This record gives sequence, structure tokens and C-alpha cells, in this order.
Amino acid sequence: MSKTINLITAPLSKANPVTVLILGICSALAVTAKLKPAIVMALSVTVVTALSNLIISLLRKGIPSKIRIIVQLIVVATLVILVDQFLKAFMYDVSKQLSVFVGLIITNCIVMGRLEAFAMGHKPLESLLDGIGNGLGYGSILVIVAFFRELFGSGTLLGYQVIPQGLYDFGYINNGLMILPPMALIIIGIIIWLQKPEEDSK
Amino acid sequence: MMDAMGIFFRSIFIDNMVFAYFLGMCSFLAVSKNVKTSFGLGVAVTVVLLITVPVNYLLDKYVLSAGALSWLNPAFADVSLDFLTFILFIAIIAVIVQILEMVIEKYSPALYNSLGIFLPLIAVNCAILGASLFMQEKNFSSVGQSVAYGLGSGLGWLLAIVGIAAIREKIRYSKIPRRLQGTGIAFIITGLMGIAFMAFLGISFS
Repeated sequence: MSKTINLITAPLSKANPVTVLILGICSALAVTAKLKPAIVMALSVTVVTALSNLIISLLRKGIPSKIRIIVQLIVVATLVILVDQFLKAFMYDVSKQLSVFVGLIITNCIVMGRLEAFAMGHKPLESLLDGIGNGLGYGSILVIVAFFRELFGSGTLLGYQVIPQGLYDFGYINNGLMILPPMALIIIGIIIWLQKPEEDSK
Repeated sequence: MMDAMGIFFRSIFIDNMVFAYFLGMCSFLAVSKNVKTSFGLGVAVTVVLLITVPVNYLLDKYVLSAGALSWLNPAFADVSLDFLTFILFIAIIAVIVQILEMVIEKYSPALYNSLGIFLPLIAVNCAILGASLFMQEKNFSSVGQSVAYGLGSGLGWLLAIVGIAAIREKIRYSKIPRRLQGTGIAFIITGLMGIAFMAFLGISFS
């Protein structure tokens, strides 16, 4: 039982796909300037990783190993199209903000990485949990980065003003640098710094 | 023609794949440990982009976008296959990469040995699919423009990965806080390089 729970909790901390394994940075950092698109992106990726893991794991005995990459890509692409159409239908403004980055979930290394490394060799239920865990692990980093960027960059959270007006009157100014894309990388660098355990044996 | 030049330089410096959109970061960080392999991967990415972007442009123009099928039969004028974009683009990319790998293996074994190992990686490189999707969003008016965009994006990516590989080789023996070594510092350097690249923002091509 604890092993099953571990499948979900490990990717959140010590096996985090973003900060420890350095996967899946590609498609997502540009969406972290604000909290809301980051949360939507995190949920979309979680849905795609979880379901694609499940489907590939169900199919794993029938896929010839030579064409497995194509099969995986097709499954992932189909799921991403579903997510994209769903966002366009129900959250049009957010889907406009995310623009091409929803499509880029297809080539997100986390999705492909988990399919290759886990779903091809494990049972469907375990794969589903592994997918959820990794999606959430990725999402958590996204949300942390977006939280700091929106708080310091715009003074808001989810669009609501958080930093009191009094502080602005006092001379506080929003840090415009946080809105710019490169700051996302620097924040992740700092998260890695804080998270990495000290290796004494070196 | 000037348009194409503008797009070309814009995609190298201003809309740089790595620094402005973070595309292709996975292989960017994993491979950028030394200059030689980074250069190989950069060239491979450029070649693949140069081919896939125009092909996907034609696909978008004559098959996918709204009313695109009207050349086949006027009755199809209001058919839009827009929702198939992702799956067709990624399939085209996978096929082109596969073909390229076979052609290179057949005609130039030496090139295959230095480039070949990167090719399978490229099919799932976000920069490739990203460039095609951006191309679709930008509504280019001719094939020439999409060629310029593909080539420019590839060269921009090459520039970025060779640049960071050179810096990483230099700092290998520097004193970096232990927990920051490796990937941590690579992230921060990429961020700083991104800020440096923003200096190009003021340039306009018209």
C-alpha cells in the first residue's frame, strides 16, 4: 500500500520531474507569468500524463517495440487535442493565453519519458497513479514559479490585488523584471538550489 | 523578399526559441555539456526545422485551415480540419525525421555517426513542433517566409546551445555552491543569457 502512495508522493519531492530529473521544462515556463494559466496548464498536463500512461499501459503487450514511439505520439496527440478542444469550449480566454503551449504538451518530455520508463513495463493502475503523481509534481513547480512571478511582478494573485495600496503609496514598485521570461529560469534555478540535498561524501 | 529577411533575423535574435519561448529546453540542458556535441545537435535541429516548417506550412495552407480544401472541390469551402493540426504536424515531423535518418545513414555514414544519435531525440524536441505551431499562428503569406522562419529558428537555437555549452565548459572548474552545480547553475545562466538577448528587442526590421 505504501508503495502505491509512494507512486504519487515521490514525484512531488525527491523524484520531481522538473527540478530533479530536468524534464518537461520546454513547454511550460512561458505560461508562468500569471497564476491562472499556470494552474490550467498544470491540470492539463496531469490529465494527459495520467490518461496516456493508462492507455499505453493497457496497450503495452500489443505494441511492437519498433514503432512504439509513433504509437505513443498518436495516443498523446489525441489526448492533447481533446484537452485543447475542451479548453477552447469552456475557458476560451485562458486557451488564448496558453496559445501554442497546449499543443506543446505533446512533446513535453515528462509525458514521453513516463511512457517509456514506466507505462511500458507496469500494470495499468500503477501507471495511472504514476502519471497523476508526475503531472502534479510538474504542476507544483509551475504553480510555485507562477506564484512568485505574479506576486512580485504584478502585485496580484489570480488577478486579485494582494499587495496593499498603502505599500505603493510608500514607494513600493512592482518588479517588472519578474514578468519577463528569463526570470522563470532563474526562479527554477533557485528552487533546485534549495531542494537539492547536501552531498557530504563528495 | 525583405519580409523574409526580417523574419529570418527576428527569429534568430528576438523571438529566439530558447530565450524567448523556452522551447527545446530538455535537450538544451542535457546536451549542452560540451561544445562539440551541442554543435552537432544544433545543426541537426536546424536541418529538421528547415524541412519541417515549410512542409507543415503547405499542409496547413492546403489541407488544414478553414476553407483550405476548396482547391479539391468548391463544395469543401467551409470545411475546416483545424482540430487535426497537432496530430498531423507531429506525424509529419516524426516521418521526416525518420526519412532523414535513413537517407543520411545511406549516403553519408560519417555524418550519420556524428549526427545520427541526435535524430531520434529531435522528433520529440519541443522546438520543432513549437516552430510549426508558431508558424501556423503567424499566418505567413508565402513558402519563402516559412523557409526563412524555419532556418532562422534553427540557427537561433544553434547559437543558444553553442553559447551555453561554451560557458558551461568554462565554468567547469569554477567555485560554485555545491548544491547549485550542474543543472541549477545551467538554469540561472540560461536566464541571464535570456536577459542579455532582450537587448535585441529594440531592433526592428521593416
